[in-house]
Amino acid sequence: MPAEHAMAPPVLEIHDLHFAWPGQAELLHIPLLSLNQGERVFLEGPSGSGKSTLLGLVGGVHMPDRGHVRLLGRDLASLGAAARDRWRVDHTGFIFQQFNLLPFLSVSANVTLPCGFSRLRRERACGRHGSTEQAASRLLEHLGLPPSLLERRADSLSIGQQQRVAAARALIGQPELVIADEPTSALDADSRESFLRLLFDECSAAGASLLFVSHDRSLAGLFDRSLSLPALNRARPITES
Amino acid sequence: MHLLRLALASLNNRRFTALLTVMAIALSVCLLLAVERIRTEARTSFASTISGTDLVVGARSGPVNLLLYSVFRIGNATNNIRWESFEHFANHPRVRWAIPLSLGDSHRGYRVLGTNLAYFEHYRYGRKQPLALAEGRPFATDPFEVVLGAEVAQRLNYRLGDSLVLAHGVARISLLQHDDKPFEVVGILQRTGTPVDRTLHISLAGMEALHADWRHGVPAQGAARLSAAQARELPLQPRQITAFLLGLDSRLATFGLQREINGYHSEPLQAVLPGVALQELWSLMGTAEQALLVISLFVVLIGLVGMLTAILTSLNERRREMAILRSVGARPWHIAGLLVAEALLLAVAGMLLGVALLYLAILGAQGPLQAHYGLYVPLRWPGQHEWRLLGAVLCAAVLMGGVPAWRAYRQSLVDGLSIRL
Repeated sequence: MPAEHAMAPPVLEIHDLHFAWPGQAELLHIPLLSLNQGERVFLEGPSGSGKSTLLGLVGGVHMPDRGHVRLLGRDLASLGAAARDRWRVDHTGFIFQQFNLLPFLSVSANVTLPCGFSRLRRERACGRHGSTEQAASRLLEHLGLPPSLLERRADSLSIGQQQRVAAARALIGQPELVIADEPTSALDADSRESFLRLLFDECSAAGASLLFVSHDRSLAGLFDRSLSLPALNRARPITES
Repeated sequence: MHLLRLALASLNNRRFTALLTVMAIALSVCLLLAVERIRTEARTSFASTISGTDLVVGARSGPVNLLLYSVFRIGNATNNIRWESFEHFANHPRVRWAIPLSLGDSHRGYRVLGTNLAYFEHYRYGRKQPLALAEGRPFATDPFEVVLGAEVAQRLNYRLGDSLVLAHGVARISLLQHDDKPFEVVGILQRTGTPVDRTLHISLAGMEALHADWRHGVPAQGAARLSAAQARELPLQPRQITAFLLGLDSRLATFGLQREINGYHSEPLQAVLPGVALQELWSLMGTAEQALLVISLFVVLIGLVGMLTAILTSLNERRREMAILRSVGARPWHIAGLLVAEALLLAVAGMLLGVALLYLAILGAQGPLQAHYGLYVPLRWPGQHEWRLLGAVLCAAVLMGGVPAWRAYRQSLVDGLSIRL
């Protein structure tokens, strides 16, 4: 996949972002970070480097003290809290480290969760596959999960299977951006790569950009572009790198 | 709908705690409704002890006292009234019927009432229901005949034709027995749920015959003593009675006649309206009844606080759940709504179970309540007042659900999408 689409606006654009937790020293100062459509970017950062905070800022859960976060050209600061939440779920899918499923729901219900909160994603999923359940089962199938697991409780699956369910949930309804926060840290080396391949395939199939955050540099080679948060961040938080 | 389904699934995941919470709410709601129902039924049953009677007349004491001894068979009259006074008012142009009441004797703890046939014809209770005989007939011309109330017959196991001895006075253990003049059971009344069930009815002539040979409150000794056969030969015209009930030809005449009786010159009398006296009597018991209601309200509050505790303790372990929901697009008010929905579900389940328990309890206790306390609790649909109570419980539950909802709302704003355990 080509890295540059000169004409299309960036999916994610961070400009001169400053952020500090109340009463603390500045944690983040990022002059520029942008993600183009369909691009797969690896963002490396050790723990404590402000990764989670950055993801919170991209998700519009936290607001920067100064600077802009633009998601699909829309400045998050210009939106109200509710509109920001809607904008996030309409256009972003999240995958977290582990335990990011609701254990008491079925696999299928977990995957379709975003469609319950985002009309846009529900309509996209239905438009393409007829129903959200159909869309879920199609995605899971592509990610290598047998249909027999669909109605099982999410916590009865193995960690590797759970991460694929989480990926399917991030991808349902074709959000423009998928953010993955250490999704492979609980997997062994082999399943890590095969998980990544599947994730890449599905992201390209959906035309989604991928922002992959990890401390594991060994994966960086698989991406279009690799960035380091400590290098990007001018605030220089207390880290070892 | 989406939120409610999520709340249900989440509750189902914690079904043991949820079940306990529901049980606590159910029991407290059941108690509240039971107290409420017994309260209202007791009040209705109390108010329906006597009906159709316009005035109760007795010697001057107080309205409550008069009502207690004449209708409830509790306590004693301070004074008797003369037969002439009764006759005077029984023949009053506005009076349709009059029932004389003569009290003072008992049988194994049950009061004996001397009266006449007007009692069986005109006495009304409940919704103006007349007395009906389950077996036998009213007492007739022979003075030594007795008609039993339903409870007396059942408890003491009397049948028609049995003979029994009355005791002088109303103490449970009486040393003075009218054992020379036994009575024969000629009739047994149907159950009324009123003090009539606990009464033995004899004629005024019987009452007179019992005491014909008594002087100064003790029976005559030796030759002065009269046998039952001798007593039958006497002119058994009563000289005194304890009280009487009056039915008038028009309600409007009540106050006029009451004034007339209260101002009667030959003897100090007092006439009371049974409804007014019943109200006064009930208000004496009102405090206890109110206390009961307040206690059961507090029990409901405790049930709801239990629910609040259960939800609040679950909040911390559910931060991850909330963060996941946030990441898939739930807004903070969705999270709050989820917790209110949870409280709502718990409360509704508890209330449904509580109402079910109430009906089961009524079904089981209906017989014993009627038998032991003369209290009939019907198996009826919840009344307006009960719906209002249930509504108040529901509102309280939702309000309480607001506490964890607010906390979760704040928490989800701080936690954002990243919760790591």
